[in-house]
Amino acid sequence: MSFEIATAKKTLLEPAGLDESSLNQLMGQLVGRGIDYADLYFQYLRHESWSLEDGEVKSGSYNIDQGAGLRVVSGEKTGFAYSDELGLQALSQAAGAARAIARQGGKSSGQPVPWNKGGGVALYQGDNPIQSLSDSEKVSLLERIESAARGEDPRVKEVMASLSAVHEVILVVRSDGLIAADVRPLVRVNVSVIVIEGSRRERGSAGGGGRSTYPIYLGSDQPEELSKEAVRQALVNLEAIDSPAGTLDVVLGPGWPGILLHEAIGHGLEGDFNRKGTSAFSGRIGEMVGSPLCTVVDDGTLPGRRGSLTIDDEGTPSQTTVLIENGILKGYMQDTLNGRLMGVGSTGNGRRESFSHLPLPRMTNTYMLPGKSEPEEILASVDRGIYAANFGGGQVDITSGKFVFSASEAYLIEGGKIGQPVRGATLIGDGPEVLKRVSMVGNDLELDHGVGTCGKEGQSVPVGVGQPTLKVEGMTVGGVQV
Amino acid sequence: MEERKIRAVEIAEQALDEAGRHGASAAEVGVDQGEGFSVTVRQGELETIEHNRDKSLGVTVYCGRSTGSASTSDFSSAAVRDTVKAACTIARYTAEDKANGLADQNRLATSFPDLELYHPWELSVEKASDLAFECEASARNADKRIVNSEGATLTTHGGQHIYANSHGFIGVNQTSRHSISCAVIGREGDSGMQRDFWYSISRLAPELDSPAIIGQRAAQRTLRRLGGRQVKTCQVPVLFEAPVASSLLSHFIAAIRGSALYRNASFLQESLGEQVFSSGIRIHEQPHLKRALGSTSFDNEGVATVSREIVEDGVLNGYVLDSYSARRLGLETTGNAGGVHNLTLDSGELDFDHLLGALGTGLLVTELLGHGINGVTGDYSRGAAGFWVEKGEISHPVDEITIAGNLKQMFRGIRAVGSDVDLRRAVRTGSILVDQMTVAGE
Repeated sequence: MSFEIATAKKTLLEPAGLDESSLNQLMGQLVGRGIDYADLYFQYLRHESWSLEDGEVKSGSYNIDQGAGLRVVSGEKTGFAYSDELGLQALSQAAGAARAIARQGGKSSGQPVPWNKGGGVALYQGDNPIQSLSDSEKVSLLERIESAARGEDPRVKEVMASLSAVHEVILVVRSDGLIAADVRPLVRVNVSVIVIEGSRRERGSAGGGGRSTYPIYLGSDQPEELSKEAVRQALVNLEAIDSPAGTLDVVLGPGWPGILLHEAIGHGLEGDFNRKGTSAFSGRIGEMVGSPLCTVVDDGTLPGRRGSLTIDDEGTPSQTTVLIENGILKGYMQDTLNGRLMGVGSTGNGRRESFSHLPLPRMTNTYMLPGKSEPEEILASVDRGIYAANFGGGQVDITSGKFVFSASEAYLIEGGKIGQPVRGATLIGDGPEVLKRVSMVGNDLELDHGVGTCGKEGQSVPVGVGQPTLKVEGMTVGGVQV
Repeated sequence: MEERKIRAVEIAEQALDEAGRHGASAAEVGVDQGEGFSVTVRQGELETIEHNRDKSLGVTVYCGRSTGSASTSDFSSAAVRDTVKAACTIARYTAEDKANGLADQNRLATSFPDLELYHPWELSVEKASDLAFECEASARNADKRIVNSEGATLTTHGGQHIYANSHGFIGVNQTSRHSISCAVIGREGDSGMQRDFWYSISRLAPELDSPAIIGQRAAQRTLRRLGGRQVKTCQVPVLFEAPVASSLLSHFIAAIRGSALYRNASFLQESLGEQVFSSGIRIHEQPHLKRALGSTSFDNEGVATVSREIVEDGVLNGYVLDSYSARRLGLETTGNAGGVHNLTLDSGELDFDHLLGALGTGLLVTELLGHGINGVTGDYSRGAAGFWVEKGEISHPVDEITIAGNLKQMFRGIRAVGSDVDLRRAVRTGSILVDQMTVAGE
């Protein structure tokens, strides 16, 4: 932790002329009678991206952002203000605005407690990923990706590729005396292609990334693999027929299709919705919400993963939280506010998009543990159905529990075998019911490649998902073919 | 406001000067500043007060025909200099592209009529929370089946956008935006919970709907969904209620945007002059409407915005282009850097009840879920909720279904557009009746 705190002091505090006594002064302004909790969140953010099209790297951008968010919590009430200037005067003004939430709170006369440094085992190195390749290396990496895509097939007409890297330093100072910092790298590589054959055109895309530098993520031949995958997907879709509509057995492939768990289960198990009783899962701990084959966890502790965090945005070390164990609902994901109000602790899921947003309970990496079935055996058990290998985005209505997600690569299953590809298949279901219909779980757990971004209340955060091959009996498949 | 404007102009000028000093042959900058607050109340208690104050500077430089961009939220001279330098460094590594560059000088806006977009609301946090309390209370008291609430939120925001470039152009837009929203949850018997919401948004506080009305609408919309169930898989006409119908127009705009066209990524590739919508459909842009949410006299690169026809009698008349995509396509910019301005689908005679009659037997869609739109092929398949309609009368609520079709056919299959125009977005339309889609359910 000392490297992170030292980096945060050097990056965030020193340039603004702040030290521990200024932090004490600000915290003293926030705490007082009627205040249960307060925190200061400092963030330094550098983001760089490069993109290629028509065979050339034509644009790039670099963003510089920093600031601090100040929060005061009194019972269920929250006061929040932020500043993109880190000087003591600007922060003090923000503290006054945040403190106004406790109108009957009297003077701010809180005595700050002595600082103690938070824990957390670093899950990634603190190197700045933006500097992990030179600008010309980034340009030639993109060119490699594009020529690999073009070389795959003459039907490839357009190739778009992009790289982005984020270097983030955060410092959290809390009214209970905790001081914690994190230095978070994040890289992302993406390629998408358009293929044309006669009058048909289709797209395909692939990407990956994680909390590391470019060289660590890329390894040896990964960029070309991404190009291959994007072209393969587009060519499959060129052959696709309209998806059938109606109730069918569905087999979901391993990895990214775990977005099912994110939408159908994950959001409904976030602490805020359950504290307020607005989730379809509210008050159902201990109930059977899935077949006994299903065990689902949220795990922020996987080294280097896109959804992983050494500490969350409230300074709590991330952890592995069992959400569903052998079909039984076990627990919710919590931040400090909702955990406290529900009489449990934070589970290290307090996350925010930036200093200018309030923390919310959010997922990290959400996945289902592997079962015993061979993937081939699962497919062979389906006479007529859909095999969904890859997905675009999804969405859920937390309150009714209805969720939807759209396949970007799917096939008919006929007589236990994968048949023709289908397009436009959207799956819809009911969160608390869908896992009850899981009748087979594969032994092939995979995590996604590091592409997920989750949106909630207008805030985006990077997440991961994963699952083994799954069979869901009788899901509603939306297509055009009746 | 004046002082802030002067300061922003100084920053814009400093950035343009720095760009010249770093060897850029042209440059453009945007300076945005805004502030406001939002208050949320829930179950009759104050829940959150959020104060917002944001600023940002964005710089794009051109070194010959190469370009680079950078942005910062720090307005100190040193930060402005570093930002410009970062953009120039990037421009050293990017390839030349003859489509790059500022908008042509003769297209830049020269007149700046007062569009009356800035009406700050002198509102205390206390008064704001009283309005939010009133709104939520009217929703919670509407019916005993309203059993829970996500609360009511009042937001007020004012800001200023400055765009300047090295042609000597400088334009200032001052805008305000206020809204009140409410979301509540209902339950009846053993059926599951349902949530719905309503909101009002305007540049002027006095034009907002009253908090009580917003609360009542939120409650009504939640109550009518209770007891929703699936329907059998079928092919029927579908009526998109105005608040969700605007999404169809957004998909249309995405398909005629220059960036999709020059990438060969649109299902409306080379459709200029073609019958894209059913006959009688008119879609046009009205950038100069006073007080409207999508109004501006210049776009994000200073080009003068104009009222124009995009679709006339169902025929596609023009694309949505900025200077770069226009040059890529060998066309002229349409003043749409940053998007469309009060895009309007002209409504027909029918009000909502008559549209239900015109629907006959089919599906009324009031909520869409998920992202099942393929902009390359036009394939459309989304989750939906709404109501089953039998002979022009609402029969029962429907959920856990999907609707599917292809946007090309859906656009040509529009049978009617209602007079119930939703003015809360920069894309304006009434409810839209599409002749046939596949509904997947049981």
